[in-house]
Amino acid sequence: MTMADRWLLPDGIDEVLPPLALRMESLRRALLDLYHRWGYDLVVPPPVEFLDSLLTGTGSDLELQTFKLTDQASGRMMGLSADVTPQVARMDAHSLRRPGPSRLCYCANALRATADQYQGGRNPVQLGLELFGHSGIDADLEIVRLALESLYLAGATDVHLAFGHIGIYRVLTEAAGLDAALERDLFEAIERKAYTEIDALLEEAEIDASLRHMLARLPRLHGGLEVITEAREAFVDMPEEISAQLEQFEHLARRIGAEHPEVELYFDLAELRGYQYHTGVVFAAYVPGYGQALVKGGRYDDTGRAFGRSRPATGCSMELKLLAGLREQLPPCDGIWAPAGENGELEAVVAKLRAAGERVVQALPGQVTGPLDHRCNRRLERIDGEWRCVPLDA
Amino acid sequence: MSKPLIIALSKGRILQETLPLLAEAGIEPLEDLGGSRKLLFDTSVDGVKLIVIRATDVPTYVQLGAADLGVAGKDVLLEHGAKGLYEPLDLEISRCRLMTAGVAGTPPEHARRRVATKFVNIAKRYYASQGIQAEVIKLYGAMELAPLMNLADEIVDIVDTGNTLRANGMEPRELISEISTRLVVNKASMTMHHQRLKPLVARLRAAVEARRVDQEARS
Repeated sequence: MTMADRWLLPDGIDEVLPPLALRMESLRRALLDLYHRWGYDLVVPPPVEFLDSLLTGTGSDLELQTFKLTDQASGRMMGLSADVTPQVARMDAHSLRRPGPSRLCYCANALRATADQYQGGRNPVQLGLELFGHSGIDADLEIVRLALESLYLAGATDVHLAFGHIGIYRVLTEAAGLDAALERDLFEAIERKAYTEIDALLEEAEIDASLRHMLARLPRLHGGLEVITEAREAFVDMPEEISAQLEQFEHLARRIGAEHPEVELYFDLAELRGYQYHTGVVFAAYVPGYGQALVKGGRYDDTGRAFGRSRPATGCSMELKLLAGLREQLPPCDGIWAPAGENGELEAVVAKLRAAGERVVQALPGQVTGPLDHRCNRRLERIDGEWRCVPLDA
Repeated sequence: MSKPLIIALSKGRILQETLPLLAEAGIEPLEDLGGSRKLLFDTSVDGVKLIVIRATDVPTYVQLGAADLGVAGKDVLLEHGAKGLYEPLDLEISRCRLMTAGVAGTPPEHARRRVATKFVNIAKRYYASQGIQAEVIKLYGAMELAPLMNLADEIVDIVDTGNTLRANGMEPRELISEISTRLVVNKASMTMHHQRLKPLVARLRAAVEARRVDQEARS
């Protein structure tokens, strides 16, 4: 190693400097306070757990993203937390075992083996909330409302909410009884909305004509509220579950639309993000200027079964560094500059100002940098035998 | 008018075939793309702009939202991985095939097969799916030279007519994938600008379909 590269950080790993760090911290506090006011209890998941518990029911994507190491004490494999949600699900199912709905929130540093260029690289700061124990759409609605509140707190305007429903695709493919290889190819093509490929795959599948038609329509049903009406027409002879799922969409759209008429709503009936663990309504919030979602969430029922207690669950998460960047930060120049030196009287004045919430920077003997370097716009000066706080240029 | 929609076009041969198709869909650059040092071009459609970049950069631009739409070869998309992109339309231009090829009549020499290609990810996936242990060597051009110079047993490359291969004493072997040019769309853009994007995609689809009908009528 040469002197020249000692400062280098690993790929995808970043540090947070002032003023963003301060912004991040105040946003973290504001968000956790918001969740507290809505009845969400804070939990602090461990940074490392046994792999068996980290990866239950989460699918292979998370397995690839998880850094692994051997626990010398037990000989078992451990993983560094790459996604906090399964940990919180374990805490709900096993550590807490609360009766009835349980609302939990967290803010934790995660580590990922592969970098996500958008969401915090390899060391995202994941902030999120989970609502366990209620399977109704009202629980999903509460999460969506809080996701919106979070974005507004972070300074977002012009929010776009995109809804999907994993259940519709699931019902249709189960009814079609596609073989595993074909279903995998179809899933992959639907994720890309590669219509030519979707149609070709469905053509070769030996399935009922009306199901084929519905599966072909599904990825084409995306857009504004009109999509739900179109879906009702397209799925006239649909399985009953789909009708119920469409009703959930309508309910969400009506409630969010009434509360937040400024939010643009978008529906994509073939949105399959997180198919491996999501089970119902999924949503993502977008803001112009950001090429990817700022908040992602949705329903993931049957969580916690591996820990002895199956629970319905819904929640969402966001990356704090990304969120903190939403509002441009100018470092505040709001401090008070105190002269160096030992002086009981001065120290008492400084302590009093600090207790009142002021930022007071006391000069050190021989210091060459001045008040402006330390973002102070006022200074303490002795006037008529009394320490007074005066503007810098006074 | 809100933020313009940016279409990222692939430089080179694909561009020559893309521009007429865009024109048929009513999207024409207001100035000659070749004769300018500019990087961002206005079009005949209000609020739609073009950028022309290296083909391999198109999926990156669109994935990260720097461009809303892109025109890229399926080969480039497969190599990039292109996760999180929509691929709603096959533009049916710049058709070719992605194939393995080797020196005619010469079986692979190395037990661990050596493969020279610029499509490193595709080659690794393909040989693994065939149960063949392959050593992939990344090259940036003139693949045909690699087997002749004994750098590799086989190559993975785009094959159009196969003339370059034959001129160098080589033969195409296995087909990996049929390639054509695709329209790709950023997911966030589709969510936020669907009212403008969907009609644009529909216009392009109509242009592609009109061509197909035209071709069928002629044959």
